[in-house]
Amino acid sequence: MEFTFRKPTGVARKALFSLAVASVALMSGASQADELKVTLPRMSVAEYHAPYVAVWLADGKNKRVKDIAVWYDMEMENAKGEKWLKDLRLWWRRSGRSADMPLDGVSGATRRPGEHSIDLGNTFADIPAGEYTLNVEAARELGGREVVSVPVTLPVTSAQHQSADGESEIEKIELTLER
Amino acid sequence: MKLKTLLGTGVVALSLIATPAMAHRAWIKPSTTVVSGENEWITFDAAVANGIFMPDHFALGTDAISVTSPSGKAVEKQNAQKLHYRSVFDINLTEEGTYKVEIANQSLMAFWKDADGKRQMWPGRGKTGTLAEFNSAVPKQADDLQVVESSRRIDVFVTSGEPSEASVAPSGKGLELDGKTHPNDLYTGEEISLGFLMDGEAAANTHVTIVKDGEKYRDTDDAMKLTTDASGAIAVTFDEPGMYWLEAEFEDDNAKAPAQKRRGAFVLVMEVLSL
Repeated sequence: MEFTFRKPTGVARKALFSLAVASVALMSGASQADELKVTLPRMSVAEYHAPYVAVWLADGKNKRVKDIAVWYDMEMENAKGEKWLKDLRLWWRRSGRSADMPLDGVSGATRRPGEHSIDLGNTFADIPAGEYTLNVEAARELGGREVVSVPVTLPVTSAQHQSADGESEIEKIELTLER
Repeated sequence: MKLKTLLGTGVVALSLIATPAMAHRAWIKPSTTVVSGENEWITFDAAVANGIFMPDHFALGTDAISVTSPSGKAVEKQNAQKLHYRSVFDINLTEEGTYKVEIANQSLMAFWKDADGKRQMWPGRGKTGTLAEFNSAVPKQADDLQVVESSRRIDVFVTSGEPSEASVAPSGKGLELDGKTHPNDLYTGEEISLGFLMDGEAAANTHVTIVKDGEKYRDTDDAMKLTTDASGAIAVTFDEPGMYWLEAEFEDDNAKAPAQKRRGAFVLVMEVLSL
């Protein structure tokens, strides 16, 4: 058996802003919903556990402005699934540790590998104008942890399409906001 | 201040300063300082040895270790056991907030030479000297009589959920953290100000040593050596996450009679996290 110990990079939060400010408006007339697509990678590992994932909006000072999704083992009895929420360590410091779980309309069960869409319908409606960062953090039992982020400008005055690729626990995130 | 830049700078000078009470390095080290969930456990080691955190000398007894919950309740240590080189115990965290785990004591100490020129010390090792006992046990006319008001404290803080303030508030006795920077909210790359109080007042000129875990695998301890400013604080930035051992030593002449000197020693195990 071969073991490879990966050296921690230290720069855990890579600025993976691949700025794809595309004009999405031309897509077949059908108006696309405001959404965030999160693609969780397929892993060829002996023991796979679906990752815990947190999605939140942060301001220029890295302060959490709004939690959007937290996927964890919320169905376990006696809230036992909360034990590993701290492994989402950026979200834990910015938001989770001061939150009272589960969060209404935010908490959800863990998701399997593949593309998952989060409806952002009125998510940003009440947020003051400004430059923000949408963070997606994933941590997996017997696996690693990764944060991938994209910039968001509010209010949405023109269509925004941003995507960023992860390297280990998150395959890709893709944000689409219509006017 | 960076770890590497301090290498070799005050090491020699500081080792000449009389060490108050702790010749060896003592610690109470938790398995983690941050947990989530409503019913979590943390396990601890308590030991005295030379190498951080390499228990190869003797176990620190657990009887004197107190655990205080975020709401101020005494928390029972569970599965406490004194092993050969270390003691172990667990705590069950059922309240949200910060728990304090501590050994603290204060004692009068006296050192003198007897009629035969032999060095004497009072009280015995591990005992607490009170003023009443001092008056009967220590010969006031002895040669080289030195009387010291000594306080020692070994602390560690652990948090379930959000860090809370109550258990971090200073007691006003001996050398301790001033409570302004939360010891369970330490992250790499952020400048951290750590303030110290001696008997409730800013402990200026306190010598602070910080050593990172894993000393065994380095040629030297790579200690950071710092001295507190007039407000009793040091500023430090950690480049690497991990468990750190901090020792602070304070001494001055502002002691209550019959003591001539006042000394404080303080140990804190800190976990520095990355984001």
